[in-house]
Amino acid sequence: MSETMPAVDSTLPYNDVVPGAVIGQDGETLIVAREKWPELARYLRDKEGYDYLSSVTGVDNLTHPKRKDVERFEVVYHLYSIQRGGGPLVIKVRAPEEDPEVPSVVSIWPGADFQEREIWDLFGIRFPGHPNLRRILLWEGFHGHPLRKDWKEAYYEEEKKPFGSRWPKGDYPREKMRLPWQEERAIWQDNVVYPTDFAPDTWQPPEITYHFGLDLYRELEGLKTDRIIVNMGPQHPSTHGVFRMVIALEGETIVGLEPEMGYLHRNHEKIGERNTYLMNIPYTDRLDYICSMSNNLGYVLAVEKLLGDVEVPERAHYLRVIMAEFTRIVNHMWAIGFLLNDLGAFFTPALYAIEERELILDLFEAASGARMMCNYMRPGGVARDVPEGWLDQARKLVNERLPRAIDELDRYLSENEILLARTKGVGYLSPEDAIAYSTSGPVLRGSGVPYDVRKAEPYSIYDRFDFDVVTEEGGDVYARYMVRIREMRESVRILKQALRDIPEGPVMPPGKQKYSFRVPPGEVYQRIEAPKGELGFYLVSDGSPNPYRYHVRAPSFINLTALGPMCVGYKVADAVAVLGSIDIVLGETDR
Amino acid sequence: MFGKGILRGLGITARHLLETYIDDVKRIPSRYAYDRRLIKQPVEERGIFTIQYPEEKRVLPENFRYIPMLIFDDTTGEDRCTSCGICAKVCPPQCIWILREEDEKGKPIPRPAEFYIDISICMGCGFCAEFCPFDAIKMNHDYEIAVYRRFPDLVLNKDELSVPASYYAQLYPTAWAEEEKRREEERKKKEARAKAAAARKALAAKKKAASQKAEAQDGETS
Ligand code: SF4
Ligand code: SF4
Repeated sequence: MSETMPAVDSTLPYNDVVPGAVIGQDGETLIVAREKWPELARYLRDKEGYDYLSSVTGVDNLTHPKRKDVERFEVVYHLYSIQRGGGPLVIKVRAPEEDPEVPSVVSIWPGADFQEREIWDLFGIRFPGHPNLRRILLWEGFHGHPLRKDWKEAYYEEEKKPFGSRWPKGDYPREKMRLPWQEERAIWQDNVVYPTDFAPDTWQPPEITYHFGLDLYRELEGLKTDRIIVNMGPQHPSTHGVFRMVIALEGETIVGLEPEMGYLHRNHEKIGERNTYLMNIPYTDRLDYICSMSNNLGYVLAVEKLLGDVEVPERAHYLRVIMAEFTRIVNHMWAIGFLLNDLGAFFTPALYAIEERELILDLFEAASGARMMCNYMRPGGVARDVPEGWLDQARKLVNERLPRAIDELDRYLSENEILLARTKGVGYLSPEDAIAYSTSGPVLRGSGVPYDVRKAEPYSIYDRFDFDVVTEEGGDVYARYMVRIREMRESVRILKQALRDIPEGPVMPPGKQKYSFRVPPGEVYQRIEAPKGELGFYLVSDGSPNPYRYHVRAPSFINLTALGPMCVGYKVADAVAVLGSIDIVLGETDR
Repeated sequence: MFGKGILRGLGITARHLLETYIDDVKRIPSRYAYDRRLIKQPVEERGIFTIQYPEEKRVLPENFRYIPMLIFDDTTGEDRCTSCGICAKVCPPQCIWILREEDEKGKPIPRPAEFYIDISICMGCGFCAEFCPFDAIKMNHDYEIAVYRRFPDLVLNKDELSVPASYYAQLYPTAWAEEEKRREEERKKKEARAKAAAARKALAAKKKAASQKAEAQDGETS
């Protein structure tokens, strides 16, 4: 690569400090030479203040009509500055097909750890310098890299939806009874691809060496015992979903922890690339299934950004914010209830905590038709206006019930001695580490970092509302719990304002809504402050009705990067509490 | 004080018990009187939130969606569906199969010969109902569809999917009223258009006749 590189172009940014690093510019995006990338990355972090690596993802340019002459793989980085707020610095590092390697930046931004592993897993791009580069969502013996454009999934039918076999000759052979399952009629069948040298009789499952995070082994003082490895999971280790923690113990003390996930992996992103833009909306519901409204919001904002000239009516803006904030309350009620579950107060607090959630879900249902899989927002607005009496019901809830319920939780739990004993000082994460590990949402703010996308880079109409960014200094499980309690109060504040100001009017732009639309070529990254943290959607369009690349920056996946560091040094029972305080949903973690 | 938390926690349970009781007494007629009925979760009440399904059921909002249904006209028995294929194209998991009717020469007739939905794949998103231009597919409220076998019981054909328009009108009173209004307007517009067209035709015919006459007269005079 470097031999063919042109002389250093001094008009490009940063080339005066790291000569030859930036080799091109594409709009706001900087294209960086891969051998210079770690050097530039270090400079960007230390001198330019880009301390927060929000998202790392890969793109396979194989079939992109406009990228015929660029290298096949690229890795896209979105960097932010916690201090300054504002928009991202987008970096692309490209790698050719024969040699898919990009230097790892884990030593610069430890938050890249899981994301680089994910790219290795799904794209087969290697990251030299990564301390623990193994698959993360798929199992170690998996053959192939599913997000490559030439990889076909099981029961593959066609490259893009809609499939031609459905209409006008859609003949489901129900009466014929020969091949009962549609899957069995698919031409590619289950499409399992075996390696060429695969011999079933002598095959051995691959060895896995656990690294236990990044140099996390700590020499413990005092009692010396044998180091043993314990698997927590993969059944519901704490009712959050199927998840496993591999824990290295000395006595009862955790010396290393590595999360294992992917049990619910369905390659959401591959499905998303087969879908049209519209079809993806109900699929986003299934990411973090507690917060489908926020997922919808993030996705439609991304599509609107790509479309460019969408006028969202005022009322739709307000409805979106109302739904998103209700979702936050729902989520935090769950999170607190389940944290208590994890601490051993099995389900009594959880069920009381989610009483109000039932009423909020009633509202969601009346507006969208479903309690959890809402599928309510559309590019341009929302699916339909709320029915009569809905707003009054919502006001009643926001003005009377919710504040009372939050106060009640606060009153009964925050001072409870068992809760204090189990959470205070447990799972400490320093503010520097919280930023370095790319944590977001209540985990980041629980470490005292006042960073909230709603304020840092306002989207939708959040700049019109008066609310505070909640932070707690503790950095422990208790602080994260407290952030959630207080954030619910802020959400109530926003809801009160939104329900007061919401205007009458249409909820979709005029004109007939199209079921399939083309999107101008380009790429966007849109992030929102979802209840669990920063939820980002990265979309690449090639001008067709289906996204070329669709990536979800899932907050609970990336927040897990910090799980190991947070647990080391505490007792094994605390691991469950720490996990509960991160508040993960496996639908989103595993995607 | 040690143990205060436990006592207060037990207090919540006791309070809920009491409040549920008070709610029940206040509710006239009582929740347990007569047959068990449809229950709406009350915002005002503070007691329990459980509904004792299947004796009691929730009141479903009009917009509730479960799986799709096909609508036919009560009086004529005609399907509203024209087999335009939009629902099959917009369906995210691609679980709709439509076979379009054809005449002997292979020319399409706007009517579905077969219509299947594999509801074990259907994700209940409601897009089909949202985008159907003929109000022919709507979301059913019936959620008690458990069967013993996925195949073939969960692959619904046209007959199993079809419901009369009156059933839809009863499930969706507001939407139905709006649609009726729109249809009425469209009918009026159509009539007006037809009338206008007829008038134009008549006028044109008259003019033509007049001009022909004039021509004929011209011919005669010249
Ligand atoms: S149900 Fe509606 S959208 Fe589907 S084929 Fe029939 S008319 Fe078209
Ligand atoms: S509800 Fe959604 S998934 Fe089900 S048939 Fe209609 S479009 Fe397809």
